[in-house]
Amino acid sequence: MAKGFYTDTTVCIGCKACQAACHQWNELPALNDGVVELTGDSYDNTGRLSAVDWRHVRFIEQIPEDRSQEGFLKGSRWLMMSDVCKHCVRAGCLEVCPTGAIIRTEFDSVYIQQDVCNGCRACVPACPFGVVDIGADGKAHKCTLCYDRMQHGMEPACAQACPTDSIRFGDVLELRALADQRVADLRAAGVPAYVYGKEEIVGGLNCFFLLVDEPEVYGLPAQPRLPSEHVGEGFAFSALTAAAVTVGSVVAFRKERMDGMGGDDGDPVATVPVSPAGAPAPGALPGRDTVAFMHAIHGANEASRSRRPAPAPDSSAAGACGSGGCGGACGCHA
Amino acid sequence: MGSNFAECHPVGFRWAMKARERGAKLIHVDPRFTRTSAMCDLHVSIRSGSDIAFLGGIINFILTEERWFKEYVLHYTNASTIVADTFEDTEDLDGLFSGFDPAKGQYDNRAWAYEGTLPSTPLHETSADQAHQKEGQPGVDFRHHPPRTDPTLRHPRCVFQIMKRHYARYTPELVARVCGCTEAQFLEVARTLCDNSGRERTSAFAYAVGWTQHTVGVQYIRAATLIQALLGNIGRPGGGILALRGHATIQGSTDIATLYNLLPGYLPAPTAQLPQHDTLEGWLAHEMPTTGWWANGRKYMVSLLRAWYGDAARPDNEWGYQFLPKNVGDHSHMPMFVAMHERVMRGFMAIGQNPAVGGQNAVYQRAGMAQLDWLVVKDLFVTETAEFWKAPDVADPAAIQTEVFFFPSSTVPEIDGSFTNTQRLIQWHDRGAVSPGDCKSDLWFTHQLVKRLKQRYAGSTNPNDAPFLALSWTFEERDGEARADSVLKEVNGYTLPDRKQVASFADLKYDGSTAAGGWVYTGVYPEEGKNLAAARSGDDYVALGWAFAWPANRRILYNRASADPAGRPWSDRKRYVWWDEAKHEWVGYDVPDFPETKAPGSKGVWAKGGMDALDGDQPFIMKPDGKIWLYAPSGLVDGPLPTHYEPWEGPVANALYQAHPRNPVAKTFNVVGNRYIDPGDPAFPIVISTYRLTEHHLTGAMTRWLPWLTALQPELFVEISPELARERAIENTGWVTISTPRGAVECKALVTRRLRAFEVMGRTVHQVGMPFHWGYRGVVTGDVTNELASMVADPNVTIHEAKVFMCQVQSGRRAKEVLARLQDAPSPVPHVGRRERQAAEANIDRAIERTAAASDPAEILVEPSPFRLDQPIGVYHG
Repeated sequence: MAKGFYTDTTVCIGCKACQAACHQWNELPALNDGVVELTGDSYDNTGRLSAVDWRHVRFIEQIPEDRSQEGFLKGSRWLMMSDVCKHCVRAGCLEVCPTGAIIRTEFDSVYIQQDVCNGCRACVPACPFGVVDIGADGKAHKCTLCYDRMQHGMEPACAQACPTDSIRFGDVLELRALADQRVADLRAAGVPAYVYGKEEIVGGLNCFFLLVDEPEVYGLPAQPRLPSEHVGEGFAFSALTAAAVTVGSVVAFRKERMDGMGGDDGDPVATVPVSPAGAPAPGALPGRDTVAFMHAIHGANEASRSRRPAPAPDSSAAGACGSGGCGGACGCHA
Repeated sequence: MGSNFAECHPVGFRWAMKARERGAKLIHVDPRFTRTSAMCDLHVSIRSGSDIAFLGGIINFILTEERWFKEYVLHYTNASTIVADTFEDTEDLDGLFSGFDPAKGQYDNRAWAYEGTLPSTPLHETSADQAHQKEGQPGVDFRHHPPRTDPTLRHPRCVFQIMKRHYARYTPELVARVCGCTEAQFLEVARTLCDNSGRERTSAFAYAVGWTQHTVGVQYIRAATLIQALLGNIGRPGGGILALRGHATIQGSTDIATLYNLLPGYLPAPTAQLPQHDTLEGWLAHEMPTTGWWANGRKYMVSLLRAWYGDAARPDNEWGYQFLPKNVGDHSHMPMFVAMHERVMRGFMAIGQNPAVGGQNAVYQRAGMAQLDWLVVKDLFVTETAEFWKAPDVADPAAIQTEVFFFPSSTVPEIDGSFTNTQRLIQWHDRGAVSPGDCKSDLWFTHQLVKRLKQRYAGSTNPNDAPFLALSWTFEERDGEARADSVLKEVNGYTLPDRKQVASFADLKYDGSTAAGGWVYTGVYPEEGKNLAAARSGDDYVALGWAFAWPANRRILYNRASADPAGRPWSDRKRYVWWDEAKHEWVGYDVPDFPETKAPGSKGVWAKGGMDALDGDQPFIMKPDGKIWLYAPSGLVDGPLPTHYEPWEGPVANALYQAHPRNPVAKTFNVVGNRYIDPGDPAFPIVISTYRLTEHHLTGAMTRWLPWLTALQPELFVEISPELARERAIENTGWVTISTPRGAVECKALVTRRLRAFEVMGRTVHQVGMPFHWGYRGVVTGDVTNELASMVADPNVTIHEAKVFMCQVQSGRRAKEVLARLQDAPSPVPHVGRRERQAAEANIDRAIERTAAASDPAEILVEPSPFRLDQPIGVYHG
């Protein structure tokens, strides 16, 4: 039975108890040992999900430009949302993990086995939500859905700590029914609520959200895409290229032969068919180049996470973490 | 109103959210758009310090639109009671009630008495000591007959008519002008409240220190009382006025009396200034009304003395009453620090308190500690108070002679004990881990201290030491500390001499055969091995099996009012407690708050006193007349009705009163370094409010040492509207200097549209807000916000005014330059000067000499303190 979170953002009071509880249970270090600067971005001072923040509460102030008392009070919203790993039904990180460190558990959650992870970083850009991050130990980290607690029949620490039940934990199907009912109630009351994370979002999110504004407002991609979705295109493009090159080669060979009949010697090696740079050949080991490729593909998604610095396009030059959340381990000079 | 429920009480806010999911309407009236506002159906922003104008407007709306709950008001409130003709209203005296003595700056509240209850002494012969006025006496003398009433409510001096006249000027137009909201918004709140009150529906007010921390704080809450009484929202499910508590178990510490002016169970502490308090009989006669539930006071007092002094409490020594220390003045927080400056107070224990950061006018309070001989700090971390001598403003730490002792504390999971929450629900918690190193619980500390003191004074014949020797200290011991359940058993009470737990405070006796350390808690430990605070069987509604709520496991106080005068539920929907004619007793979902078999139609016999004096339709049994006091003839020192006063430091004139714009009896501290800003001073034009964030707790003593939490809110900031930021060239996250005559603080700016300027009385008034969690120690540090605030207080409870004062806002880091200017500024002449100090010290020395010479403790009489800090004190709701 798939387990997950239903996060109802309409009852989130932004208390960050989930963040604190997550740190405590998972013994995560605080961002920069707790000594950080005020971001000035509403009440958010940790910025994003990272290797040390597996829960992150976003604050979105929507106060109208109209500063009259009437305008101030009409339509003022302060949206809060506790973000977390979505434990996707089709998980990008799991797809690309070359070592098998990322597995799907008996609870249908996506779990990174720390003793297997080799820190290759493939999963980092493979996640369309920017969840996976490389920690100070050079390995990939993210929410485990409190796998250790679940094994003992306990709910995850964040859900237990949430005072308003904004974070609910349980069987995904039951949670979905709850969420659908809540959406219906809210819509009846004129609130434009909807569930983000149904099947159209990478096959469904085991950890889904009830939102009242566009996904991008919350820093979520409207149409996230997985690495595997590009494999088909890659194949087609490769095949096309191969065909073109073959035709070219044949033509060239013919030409050479024809030229040879009365021309210079050529170098056949130069005309060996080559795929476009970086396209993943089936069976090829993902490495640095794969990472760069995926960065390029997911640039658009990354950019939509407006409050995260966009990851560096070239991982070898600027580091894979893109923000310094790794503590410098990836080479980003954090 | 007056609370940031979601941010400061997030666990309790769970229930507000559940209510909203079930269709309840949430309204937030607050200057800022906070995380609470974000969760509410309606947010109305009003200027800090204007709440009584807003609430008074609602009262006026209810009265003029005839929205009051007639049957409820007529039977359950004092609306029909007739007031003596000595009462004159603020509306007639331009901001003063009658009875004001300009020389003393105090009211004689006998001028506010009910008709026919005035004591025989004429007003002008009032004694010098009007300090301690408890409801019932002396303003209202109920001994001979109940107060006169006019059930038609037509008598011009009946409470209803007085109230109508008093609030007639609080029109929607005035509310909008004073508060800075619109008339439409005000009316929407008023209508929503009225539409959701009555037989079928109830509404509740939730407040916190946003209401209390004002020079008229108690009257803010009184104003809500008037509304809730008029709408019939008290004693009924879903109703009430909820005091959201600022710390875990601050309710418990008020009940079991950490306050200097209370003994456990809300028995007033004896004071030396009242000759009536010289004897137990005098104390009882003066403090305990003869009618209503408090007529039982003697049982509770005797049982308390028996619990404390055991066999040393005997009938022939007034049950040990003379062992109790007597107050000689106002010993609340701020007067203590004045007394430190004057060297009257020479030692101080700060246990779980951080006044170096949390104290109003923090520089002044730290300077006070520098005058001490010794200071004990017991806390989780080495707080700013433990290192007050390292504060940035201390030029030469070596010059400070105070000896500081630091005791590391255990944390909650390391100790057994209980929490009492805002609902008076006592919940037990067990020790889950052993404290590291030398960390010890407060119980350990107190237990060991008592043991050592008893040893120290053993064999002494000095009567001054007698209380230590008389003290009964029989708690079971574990690991060097008194067992918490053993303490709870004593709080609950037991019989003597066989020490059987008593099940109810109805079993407590005044003949010395019972002991109880806190009568309101009796029943929490009704028999050996049965700790109801640890009970954990809940259900979906009243959940009487979950823990224990004092008194008597009652979840809603005065719940007799949930039924109509005839004992029937007001409506099926709001059925809660009702009269069962067949069984001839009160029944319901909760424990009825009324004598079990007193029929609704029964008539009281006044001469019998106690509960027998009250009728069967008088649910408010802690009042001598069984009614809600819309008009309070006694018990308050600043007026029988709430009225709009501007804050001590405010931006505008009072729209209602010119002669007395501020609370005329506000408690001020005219000492060096505590200069106030005059109303309308152009040098300090901006309103400031201080508050808490969810991520930290108070002065940060529990949170600023935890990196997990400091990462969430790392730096001190000031919230500023974009308009003010533009005006002062301030950028988001840029440095800002905030200053007042008391100090200057540098911090980052958080520019946000959640704040806005107010249009008040034709002027634009800017408001800023600052959290006060930072200090100069911990994982993250920052300036101390409370260095800005002044020491000025509500006269009833001496709580400071931190929710509104005036300041200046400048961009950049300019604290040094501003402070340099401040030191050049002329300081006011200290009220408590050398002469007063010498007199005080001499007075204390004399008292000590007299004590040493006295053979009987009863002979010891301390003269009144020369300080003007001796005004009466009520209950602190922090």
